[in-house]
Amino acid sequence: MTAGGAAERIAVTSDQDVVRVRQLVRTVAVAVKLSLVDQTKLVTAASELARNTLVYGGGGTVEVTRVENGRRAGIQIVFADQGPGIPDLDLALTDGYTTGGGLGLGLSGARRLVDEFAIDTAVGKGTTISVTKWCR
Amino acid sequence: MALSSDEGGRFADLLMEHEDSIVSSWTAEVAALLRGRLSHAELQRQTAELQKGFQTALAGGAQELTDDSAAELRAQLAELSSTRARQGFTATETAVSVFALKEAVLKVLDAGDGTDADTLRAYVGLSAFVDRAGLFTFDSYARAREELIADQAEQLLELSTPVVKLWEGVVAVPLVGTLDSARAQVVMERLLQTLVDTGSPYAIIDITGVPAVDTQVAQHILKTVVAARLMGADCIISGIRPQIAQTIVALGIEFGDIATKASLADALRHVLRKTGDKVTQKPSRREG
Repeated sequence: MTAGGAAERIAVTSDQDVVRVRQLVRTVAVAVKLSLVDQTKLVTAASELARNTLVYGGGGTVEVTRVENGRRAGIQIVFADQGPGIPDLDLALTDGYTTGGGLGLGLSGARRLVDEFAIDTAVGKGTTISVTKWCR
Repeated sequence: MALSSDEGGRFADLLMEHEDSIVSSWTAEVAALLRGRLSHAELQRQTAELQKGFQTALAGGAQELTDDSAAELRAQLAELSSTRARQGFTATETAVSVFALKEAVLKVLDAGDGTDADTLRAYVGLSAFVDRAGLFTFDSYARAREELIADQAEQLLELSTPVVKLWEGVVAVPLVGTLDSARAQVVMERLLQTLVDTGSPYAIIDITGVPAVDTQVAQHILKTVVAARLMGADCIISGIRPQIAQTIVALGIEFGDIATKASLADALRHVLRKTGDKVTQKPSRREG
């Protein structure tokens, strides 16, 4: 997997920034010619994870990069925060589990909406989530 | 280099003495930049007022723009900036209206005899004073624009959530754009109030214009539906496009026993069937 193009970074500190993340992801998704369904899935996943970064991570950054793997193009999005981290990852990835009064589907649902999902978290250090969606 | 009160006084005299020529060359300078977007008379009036403001401030011994004697000038500058911001001028065009004073003063100095070192030093002092006035308009301009944006955001919130009566006993909320918590709240309040006002037993929430339905949006919609149900109204969600349907399934959101339809027309037909109103299609007329 190689990066094909400059990464764009957005600092997420308010609800407006989550909207900006969505718009950026949609623009890039259109540019790499993702199908309409995949665009919507990726934008929705980005919206969930960016909001998690804001609400649970206390704010952080979102980086959107166009990537290439052989002949396939795709988008990688990295959400990073220096928040409290996730103590029990299995529990957090369980459908319906929430500590914030939401539906408890954001993290687990976002994983189902993308092709690759990697999560790196340490209590007290923060959380970094990297997702990738490939063109079919 | 700050302006000494002697130098300030000198310029105040100069501004008074050459009032007409300074105002006219100042106005000409600004008019050239704004390219006729403000009438000459209007511009002349603004410039004359600013000239008075500077003159009064300098005569009052203002050495810095923050001095008490410059309070009136600051108010004038703030007023000018907010007017320009609302009229759609750029920050540069606004600040240049102030900076142009320097050119106008320089013209008067050139025409006169005294271009010695003292005059030069005084001019540099005045120049610094005008620069700060210009920067002050930048700040005021930015503030005015921010207020404008905040106002518009509020207006948009009001505008973008109409509740329309679709049929006897059927109201619809066409949602367009991003559904954040603030808007969801407005939508819910409007819908519930309209249900009471019209006594409608049916409400259709149309999400054709919502680009992405994530868990937060879904939760807001679900809460609205539950609230409407508590009031005895039946809710139907319409405008679920294929990509949204697939995303909702992948996310794992369940709408339970809430009726959902692909289009607003389907939703209305669903309601009419339930109420027993008959809708028949006229046979289309063929000509020729």
